Amino acid sequence: MAVTKRIIPCIDVDLDEDGNPAVYTGVNFEDLKHTGDPVEMARQYNEAGADEFVFLDITASAEGRETMLHVVEQVADEVFIPLTVGGGIRTREDIKETLRAGADKVSINTAAIENPDLVDAGAAAFGSQCIVISVDARRRYDEQGEHYEQVDGESCWFECTIKGGREGTGVDVVEWAREVESRGAGELFVNSIDADGTKEGYDIPLTRAVCDSVSTPVIASSGCGGPEDTREVFADADADAALAASIFHFDEYTIREVKEYLDDRGIPVRL
Amino acid sequence: MSLSEPPSEALADVVIVDYGLGNLRSATRGLERAGAAVTITDDPDDFAAADGIVLPGVGAFREGMENAGPYREALADAVARGQPVFGICLGMQMLLTSSEEADHAGEGDVVGLDFIPGRNVRFAEGQKIPHMGWNELSVERPHPLVTGVEGSDRGGSVDGEHAYFVHSYYAVPDDDEAVVATSDHGRTFPAVIANDDGTVFGTQFHPEKSGETGLTILRNFVDICSPP
Repeated sequence: MAVTKRIIPCIDVDLDEDGNPAVYTGVNFEDLKHTGDPVEMARQYNEAGADEFVFLDITASAEGRETMLHVVEQVADEVFIPLTVGGGIRTREDIKETLRAGADKVSINTAAIENPDLVDAGAAAFGSQCIVISVDARRRYDEQGEHYEQVDGESCWFECTIKGGREGTGVDVVEWAREVESRGAGELFVNSIDADGTKEGYDIPLTRAVCDSVSTPVIASSGCGGPEDTREVFADADADAALAASIFHFDEYTIREVKEYLDDRGIPVRL
Repeated sequence: MSLSEPPSEALADVVIVDYGLGNLRSATRGLERAGAAVTITDDPDDFAAADGIVLPGVGAFREGMENAGPYREALADAVARGQPVFGICLGMQMLLTSSEEADHAGEGDVVGLDFIPGRNVRFAEGQKIPHMGWNELSVERPHPLVTGVEGSDRGGSVDGEHAYFVHSYYAVPDDDEAVVATSDHGRTFPAVIANDDGTVFGTQFHPEKSGETGLTILRNFVDICSPP
């Protein structure tokens, strides 16, 4: 008897041409494809046994934020599992507004890198349990990092990027994870720019490096192509939760299929 | 101050004590789904007329108790009258006498509500902290709050029903009999506690975030509150 490994579908919320909320799925943070209505999708995932939801506002606009809050209200009113909301959350007021709409946690990325005090302020005001720090990591093979991993015989470090992976920051992901933990983050959400959209599996060295460095729970993200990838990230990297988008959006696998696969292989899940 | 109109055939009138920030929406909607008419209130004068009182809670023990300070007397009166009082997460921890969490901040003791004697202590180093996620419930003794919740005695590693937890501290009641259900995170800890006469109780997990299992518990709470 122990805390179970979580399977979390991610729902990227954008606006369609009429300004209504719509779900999109991308490949390498670009080339987005429209795949449905976010509230309806949340209902279906809840039925299928999702452990939580992550909603990301990928518009990063005022209209996007407002639409997202409305989506969160609708989902929170009928689906009784935890909701994390990310994208464009920059201030203490944004956090408060999002929680009041019915979110349980907020995911903060760029704003935390630019203003780390936001992590402390958010944790002090609302509790660590609702402050999730999201990192978009990419591998670098130069000598400017602080923490190196051996990957396929080469030595690399992981850099925090911002703006959907388009801009580097020079910040080492492992050092950053330790810092935000000490500032009060309650969970870490680790995306991989290299693995995103590939469906070739999570970035195991990245996820393991972060899990080994902090005691807060870690959500692994990017690269999931099927049930075996989730097994690997739980068994080999010690992730607490695995996030996936496209395999569920395009009905390649149901959440229940993934959880049954894990259960059969001795990974504790909630069925 | 009311956020929602009572449903036409509410089974019980429940107040949620609004003493802080955060997400009260899910608890409100969950209780409404369970058949309650819910009033979110920061006025202790609203307690006496209610069929039950919910102490929600996210955040830190010290802040929680400071914010709940103005309600201490009204809550004690409610308990003396035998009104059901239900603490959720931090709200459950506040039902006890004290918390190590307040000591850790180096700011001296903060006294809890002391309806269920005991203290709250932090999970040992080496565990993932916070304990966050779905964990299995093991029902240790009968209490109306857990009626219909399957315990973990059916065999297998994850056969019991699951609830959603987020916390770094756990309750240690002085009296083992106060423990209604347990869960496990490196050690066994109380997931549901109740006082001697069963009118004051709490869950360490969030029933409003625990899917069908959570809704069962919220329905049980509404049943406990329903006037005969």
